[in-house]
Amino acid sequence: MTIDLTDTTTGAISNALTEARRRLGGMTMGMVLTLIIVTDEEGQYDAIRAANEAAREHPCRILAMITRRPKADSRLDAEIRVGEASPGETIVLRMYGPLGQHADSVAAPLLVPDVPVVTWWPDRAPEVPAAHPLGVLAQRRVTDSAAADMPQAVLADLARAYRPGDTDFGWTRATAWRSLLAATLDQPHPKLEAGEVQAEQENPTADLIASWLNLKLDIPMRRTVSGGPGITRVSFDTSDGDITISRLDGRTATLSWPGRPDRMVALHRRETAELLAEELRRLDPDEVYAETLRRLDTRGIETAPVVDPEADERVIS
Amino acid sequence: MTMPNAGTRGPAPANPGVIATADDPANPLRDPRDRRIPRVAGPCVMVMFGVTGDLARKKLMPALYDLANRGLLPPGFSLVGFARRDWEDEDFAQITYESVKEHARTPFRETVWQQLSEGVRFVPGEFDDDAAFDTLARTVSQLDRERGTGGNYAFYLSIPPKFFPTVVQQLKRSGLSDPGPADPVTGRTSWRRVVIEKPFGHDLESARELNAIVDAVFPAHSVFRIDHYLGKETVQNILALRFANTLYEPIWNRGYVDHVQITMSEDIGIGGRAGYYDGIGAARDVIQNHLLQLLALTAMEEPVSFAADSLRQEKEKVLSAVRLPVDLAAGTARGQYAAGWQGGRQVLGYLEEDGIPPDSRTETYAAVRLMLDTRRWAGVPFYLRTGKRLTRRMTEIALMFQRAPHLPFAATDTKELGQNALVIRVQPDEGVTVRFGSKVPGGAMEVRDVNMDFAYGQSFTESSPEAYERLILDVLIGDPPLFPRQEEVELSWRILDPIEQFWAENTKPEQYVSGSPGPASADAMMARDGRAWRRL
Repeated sequence: MTIDLTDTTTGAISNALTEARRRLGGMTMGMVLTLIIVTDEEGQYDAIRAANEAAREHPCRILAMITRRPKADSRLDAEIRVGEASPGETIVLRMYGPLGQHADSVAAPLLVPDVPVVTWWPDRAPEVPAAHPLGVLAQRRVTDSAAADMPQAVLADLARAYRPGDTDFGWTRATAWRSLLAATLDQPHPKLEAGEVQAEQENPTADLIASWLNLKLDIPMRRTVSGGPGITRVSFDTSDGDITISRLDGRTATLSWPGRPDRMVALHRRETAELLAEELRRLDPDEVYAETLRRLDTRGIETAPVVDPEADERVIS
Repeated sequence: MTMPNAGTRGPAPANPGVIATADDPANPLRDPRDRRIPRVAGPCVMVMFGVTGDLARKKLMPALYDLANRGLLPPGFSLVGFARRDWEDEDFAQITYESVKEHARTPFRETVWQQLSEGVRFVPGEFDDDAAFDTLARTVSQLDRERGTGGNYAFYLSIPPKFFPTVVQQLKRSGLSDPGPADPVTGRTSWRRVVIEKPFGHDLESARELNAIVDAVFPAHSVFRIDHYLGKETVQNILALRFANTLYEPIWNRGYVDHVQITMSEDIGIGGRAGYYDGIGAARDVIQNHLLQLLALTAMEEPVSFAADSLRQEKEKVLSAVRLPVDLAAGTARGQYAAGWQGGRQVLGYLEEDGIPPDSRTETYAAVRLMLDTRRWAGVPFYLRTGKRLTRRMTEIALMFQRAPHLPFAATDTKELGQNALVIRVQPDEGVTVRFGSKVPGGAMEVRDVNMDFAYGQSFTESSPEAYERLILDVLIGDPPLFPRQEEVELSWRILDPIEQFWAENTKPEQYVSGSPGPASADAMMARDGRAWRRL
């Protein structure tokens, strides 16, 4: 059911929630967390849809915080959805006027007691997520650097602002690639001399993968540019030739290994809901992300001389 | 068991069967803190015998697809079917495609299917046909060359045990079971693993014979016995509940627990399984494996780690401490379903089912009372029951606690207060319930039982992997904690054999009406102890 409350308070929202639950026959769910989504009217539909889908794996209370018309008089409107798309509860909160500056006063009383809080910025990441009023409430803060106009600059800001509990979808998108790379190097392989990550120009995931490989394998990594979609190739130079994973269609990757038959493996780009579900699976600080991000920030990605006329190269070593 | 691969680490070649290529500590990309990266199987081929069976179509092939879809199968993974059918690779691929489309848990993706289907092969033949196994051997070595599967083979014997001797001997004769010498350059050996399904024999002797057959060809560490119950999330959660919390362990003993009830009830009859079921019965079919495994996980001491060996040691210890009732007539019960109404439909009795002899003495319901001779459980009975055509389908472990030694209330106030209980619901509606007394709102002091409920929840379980996904992945990785060892199988038969023998010599199963909670003798067995079964 959907309940609309206009010009309301968090107390009234809590009462309405209790009442709704009672009317639905006490069908409460064991909610495992509160998910705060910081969004706007334009982004809210997609974000809530993805969150509802992720909530199937992680039943939660979703608080969608939307700021509207900062010049208007302060007012809080709420739209409560229970027993519909997701197993938990969704509350869309629209804050008018100066109230928009005090979103935490709206969110805090509505957090599910005793369970973790995750704050997600699907669109624009704040400068310091851990210091944002809605980030302070959460132990896990999820940003998406790829949503910005200048992802690399945003990632650099996030690196400097990093506090344990921060994470970025740029890193989440790397998981499938990283697990394939780890599985590839599980096999006995010749010594790796250097490596390359090839992707679209603005692709924080590719930068993070290059930085991660540089950190873990201690080999120089090149970052080259292609037309996409997403990441198109990761390869290692070895004395026996190149070990290459290429993915040109964003769906299926080919693993080429010197002296062995090429092998295909599904490596599809994932939907927002899947990324969010992965983020909600672990709520402790991601140390490997922290180290990778720090390495990216300190060593940076330098632009190397363009060897291939089609490829613009940057190197971290 | 979420402990990644603790059991698979260690110095390499001595134990090639459990050394997984995944999780190699030498791989710098594998960081124990990096839990986003899943365990992925190394390059390999799965050879499946009995691909035309229900299990293969409904569970195994969909599970393989789901694993591929989750990115957990290695590049080049190949599946070879072997059966007595006049099929080409494409026919088998088509059958696999249909079973995946119909039964897979995760959404169907054409690209994933493409990748999987490129590695699908079929070898037609009888089990005693040397030529067919030679073809099989050529097929897999060709896959090694074409798809880089590295000479690693898992043989899944989804076939009746009577075929094991032939198939296992054929694998030996054709050289398929032999991993060959270590690679001169890397020093690695390829692996062979064999997967078998229950029944692991029908008594101690036959279990040993069966084991001897497999053991003659495959070393013990490369034999994986599937008890799909152990792949279920809730069953693994027993370990988390007990050993990750402080709340339960202090009361998990004879000081607080009055008795334990472990139940697996089914609402269906034997269906088309008459040939298999008659002569086997409920106790051999369910108690010997599933219920005794649940008992072991519930009653065992804390393992020193979740490595396969530590876990199995604790399970074996507690299974070896099981003591049977002195009077087997009073401490056991068995029944056979009679015609009646189950779930709103009129159903036949067991003796009227197709293929069942009218004088069959096979039980479809079995209950036993077991005691454990340990300090923790001395004097606490464990009641195990299972049956077909009962009121509803349900599997649970219920710890029933002692009543409070003193109640500072008037007797009438606590009339409706039962025993506190902690119930682990294995299926359906997986979760945990704690039952305790609470004051009924109102002017009078009246205490009544209420439930505190943790549910994995309908929607939640939708995305949790099927038991077979977990188990197949563990086989391919070579991670054995969830698979019972031969010792456990033998210990279970030691418990069950005297009961079966007593039943065979002394009793006839009592008829119970379909849709009822079981035979009256089972209720009488509890009543003698001053207890009652939990309602189904």
